[in-house]
Amino acid sequence: MNFVQSFSIWFIPLLIGFILLYGTYKKVPTYETFVEGGKEGFSIAINIIPFLVGMLVAISVFRASGALDYVMLAMRPIFSLFHIPAEVVPLGLMRTISGTGALGMTSDLIATHGPDSFIGRLASTIQGSTDTTFYVLTVYFGAVGIKKMKYALKVGLLADLIGFLASIAAISLLFYS
Amino acid sequence: MVNYIWVGMMVIGFAVAAFNGNMDKVNAAIFTSAKEAVTLSFAMISILVFWLGIMKIAEKGGLLEVLAYLFRPIVKWLFPDIPKDHPAQGYILSNMAANLLGLGNAATPMGIKAMEQLKILNGGKNEASRSMITLLAINTSSITLIPTTIIAIRMSYNSQSPTDIVAPTLLATAVATVGAILIDRYYYYRSLQKGGK
Repeated sequence: MNFVQSFSIWFIPLLIGFILLYGTYKKVPTYETFVEGGKEGFSIAINIIPFLVGMLVAISVFRASGALDYVMLAMRPIFSLFHIPAEVVPLGLMRTISGTGALGMTSDLIATHGPDSFIGRLASTIQGSTDTTFYVLTVYFGAVGIKKMKYALKVGLLADLIGFLASIAAISLLFYS
Repeated sequence: MVNYIWVGMMVIGFAVAAFNGNMDKVNAAIFTSAKEAVTLSFAMISILVFWLGIMKIAEKGGLLEVLAYLFRPIVKWLFPDIPKDHPAQGYILSNMAANLLGLGNAATPMGIKAMEQLKILNGGKNEASRSMITLLAINTSSITLIPTTIIAIRMSYNSQSPTDIVAPTLLATAVATVGAILIDRYYYYRSLQKGGK
């Protein structure tokens, strides 16, 4: 397990170093390019605000009212059979529907349970390991006018389910075995 | 779909609060969570600016093309019905490479370009072709090397080790992608057996 943790720590500096040296070798104006790309990051962070506000408010209304407790109480026996914490199930469902919605739920789970808790790590992995099937389907097929999508949705949703289960397995295995 | 879920969470929340008699808590939750969302977005600016800056260097330096070259054999296997050296291949490869680097914004336009080419290959029909669905499957399970946004959120909540989810994410995303490809193949052969193309 030590290897996994040092891999995570070393991976990013090594990748950054490699990109910087490769860019320099290819005569890219590194600093100016960095600034140019950074501006995109700034606008993404700003653009995301309304999505996050909308979703976090809805989640906290749902939770503060006690509705979430009822849902989890009802679901708990089913998921505890498979050692799935009921708290992440709404995230798993949301992940396929809305990327920003899922992001809101993930940050809510991290805020509530702490980033380094089992649920915090699990939410992080679920958020990072799949993409929003409905969004990808809408954007990609919509852009080129595909109306009959045949078995595409089934494949996408099953892949999401696999990603969800694989996240649980990966976190349990790497951190809590 | 998101619209119904969003309204549903709010309205059910209000109804349950009325039933439980804790509307005051709900009132407070609305305003603290709205504020928290804005704070969170601002906390994320630092890492998003940094990482997208670095990634721009990778893109300009031509690392996308290097990755595309490395993955050529895989693309041949995944998309057997695309003719050799067809432009669709290049777009698919760039799409996969951009996804790998976590460049979601760069991946989408390349994916759309690839879809356009695949539609031409499919005779311009408004029906999804085998390759289109494969490309979609790969995108929805998106292999990601660096989950930037998540790392940013973890940092803003004072994680002791914000990047320690990189390895499990890689593992989970790899499993999901392999799974997506296998499921895609399964449904493709099943649709052949049913007699439809």
